[in-house]
Amino acid sequence: MKMNGARMVCEALIAEGVKTVFGYPGGAIMNVYDELYKQDKFEHILNRHEQASVHAADGYARATGKVGVAMVTSGPGFTNAVTGLATAYMDSIPLVVISGQVPLSLIGTDGFQEIDAVGISRPCTKHNYLVKDIKELPRILKEAFHIAKTGRPGPVLIDIPKDITAEIGEFKYPATVNIPSYKPTTKGNNRQIDKAIDAILKSKKPLLYIGGGVILSNASNLVKKLARISGIPAVETLMARGVMGHNNPLLQGMLGMHGNYSSNMAMSETDLIIALGARFDDRVTGKLNEFAKYADIIHIDIDPANISKLVNVNYPIVGDISTVLEKIIDRIENKIDSNKYSKWREVLNRYNEIHPLTYQDSDDILKPQWIVERVGEILGEKAIITSDVGQHQMWTAQFYPFDRPRQWINSGGLGTMGYGFPSALGAKKGVPEKIVVNFTGDGSILMNVQELVTASEYNIPVINIILNNHFLGMVRQWQSFFYENRFSETDLSYQPNFKALAEACGGIGYDVTTKEEFDNALEDAIKKNKVAFINVTIDRFENVLPMVPAGGALYNMILSENKESEND
Amino acid sequence: MTNVRRVISILVENESSVLSRVSGLFAGRGYNIETLTVAPIPNSNHSRMTIVTKGNKRVIEQITKQLHKLIPVYKVIEHDKMVEKEMVLAKFPIDENLADIQALCQAYNGGIANVARDIIIGMITDEPCRVKHFLEATERYNPIEIVRSGVVAIER
Ligand SMILES: Cc1ncc(C[n+]2csc(CCOP(=O)(O)OP(=O)(O)O)c2C)c(N)n1
Ligand SMILES: [Mg+2]
Repeated sequence: MKMNGARMVCEALIAEGVKTVFGYPGGAIMNVYDELYKQDKFEHILNRHEQASVHAADGYARATGKVGVAMVTSGPGFTNAVTGLATAYMDSIPLVVISGQVPLSLIGTDGFQEIDAVGISRPCTKHNYLVKDIKELPRILKEAFHIAKTGRPGPVLIDIPKDITAEIGEFKYPATVNIPSYKPTTKGNNRQIDKAIDAILKSKKPLLYIGGGVILSNASNLVKKLARISGIPAVETLMARGVMGHNNPLLQGMLGMHGNYSSNMAMSETDLIIALGARFDDRVTGKLNEFAKYADIIHIDIDPANISKLVNVNYPIVGDISTVLEKIIDRIENKIDSNKYSKWREVLNRYNEIHPLTYQDSDDILKPQWIVERVGEILGEKAIITSDVGQHQMWTAQFYPFDRPRQWINSGGLGTMGYGFPSALGAKKGVPEKIVVNFTGDGSILMNVQELVTASEYNIPVINIILNNHFLGMVRQWQSFFYENRFSETDLSYQPNFKALAEACGGIGYDVTTKEEFDNALEDAIKKNKVAFINVTIDRFENVLPMVPAGGALYNMILSENKESEND
Repeated sequence: MTNVRRVISILVENESSVLSRVSGLFAGRGYNIETLTVAPIPNSNHSRMTIVTKGNKRVIEQITKQLHKLIPVYKVIEHDKMVEKEMVLAKFPIDENLADIQALCQAYNGGIANVARDIIIGMITDEPCRVKHFLEATERYNPIEIVRSGVVAIER
């Protein structure tokens, strides 16, 4: 069928089953917006900033497992979107982002709103395209979705000059893709799998090290099954919260810089790490040459470049985690005795008894951990939880009782303040039957606060709980620990009226200073079904603990305000 | 871990952005490029790049893996047994001894490429260590300009 390039874009989105697009129009993308206006197969959400559009598409993707789609114009529209691309790239989130570009004839002339989008986005996309010929557009659209969601997922940018979206061409959406240079390995090498199984059977203190890849591969049930039949204890990274379920007796908790004692000790004492879609990030390993000194490593990952990047791996298995785990479970099921590791589990349980994850509650001032736990008690499994970046993010990761994958959505790799609110909008659009709560900080919420308007206009009732410490708290914590309390530019005592701000934009606001007020506010916000700000005044100087100081060994944790672990 | 020199050939889709993808990868991840050459492969839609790099074992392994991840990259060859050649053009003042320069170039698989009113241009093609010797030998003829092509390599 003959049609213009703009219509091709819409037809491709429809063919891909896209139901929601997040975006912001402008000159170079107007042709596409004109075609979008004429169709009713998918909805467009007009965020109030392109960064928010991409984060929303990203939240949608994380909550649903589908490819998120965003659309922006050239120049500043695109540059605003870059943080969103980088955020998705670092966490391997499948997105297709479509940007307008100046007409082909103007490219390279410093035309109005011209910027080298493929050049800028090259290091923060899985792949990108500048469309130079209308004939290539259908193929590129098809490839973009394929590349975004296969292999190690990631964001793909398609930059389309304005004359291409206007030009008429033949449209036939390809049924298949053929990219000879792109063939991700998914199956896992059988010999390597057998060797890994032998290593598991020989080990005395094995440990499942679960990363975000497990969620991307939809492998949670298999991981839980492997843990159950083998009795091997598990730790989760920040990105993997929810995989095991908080009640699972084998789950030690989250490991890393703000991981709990037994998780970090498990990692330090294990003799066999079974790494599943985890990438040995520096926030997880601490000082590398002190990391897991006694362990051999099995590493299952779809991306070979993740394997032996930072630590040497003894049993590398390149493949999709689900596919590989099915084989492992199949071959190991009758061979393994789940009692074998009971001593090892006891050791870890003992660690957990000595130094449980805890905090000092107070009757005088609200503690952020109490708020997180409270929301967990009230909403538990019913909510999808997003967060911004800072102390509040860590408290949420530590204290919320996550029960399932895709329940916890946060910017782990890039650590993008301003991610929480727009990603919550995306999650709510993707999974409308769930209550969506964004735990945020008084700093972070102001980055993308304009989304109050979007949420009100489209009636996307997400609840933002501002854990308000009147500080850029995480930076303040480092200043307290490592910079002798010199609070350089972290005091946020000057604050907006958050309640009024929410209400000025069509939402609802609450100021909360007591437990009772909090319960009432949360109940009311759920009932009112509107976008909400619950502004909670918390203890200003509360710290996130335990903490492994950056560059320190994982087993050397600051455990409480005046206690360091003595494991040197 | 000690640094080693490696010659890596990359077969890529023939598209305008692929060179920037490869060089950007090296720049962004802090890998070093000593030489880089690129040209289309006859009768195909592919080009071949040859990169000479230095790094420890882990870095070299990451380089090949990261290159593989680029969508338009078909094949990455980390050369072990190979024939490796580099070309050099060298410009000398006309006052230098033409016969000497010619003999020197011939010793390194080359010859005189051009003689003009003021200058002599010599050309050689040889292995990297021999190229080094050639460059040392040229010094006594006061070269005005030296241009190196970078290495190309083919597996034996
Ligand atoms: C866009 C961006 N800028 C700066 C930072 C550095 N940073 C990390 S945490 C943090 C403080 C966040 O403050 P707030 O949102 O109030 O959260 P809190 O730590 O107080 O809970 C800052 C500035 C960042 N992660 N992202
Ligand atoms: Mg704060």
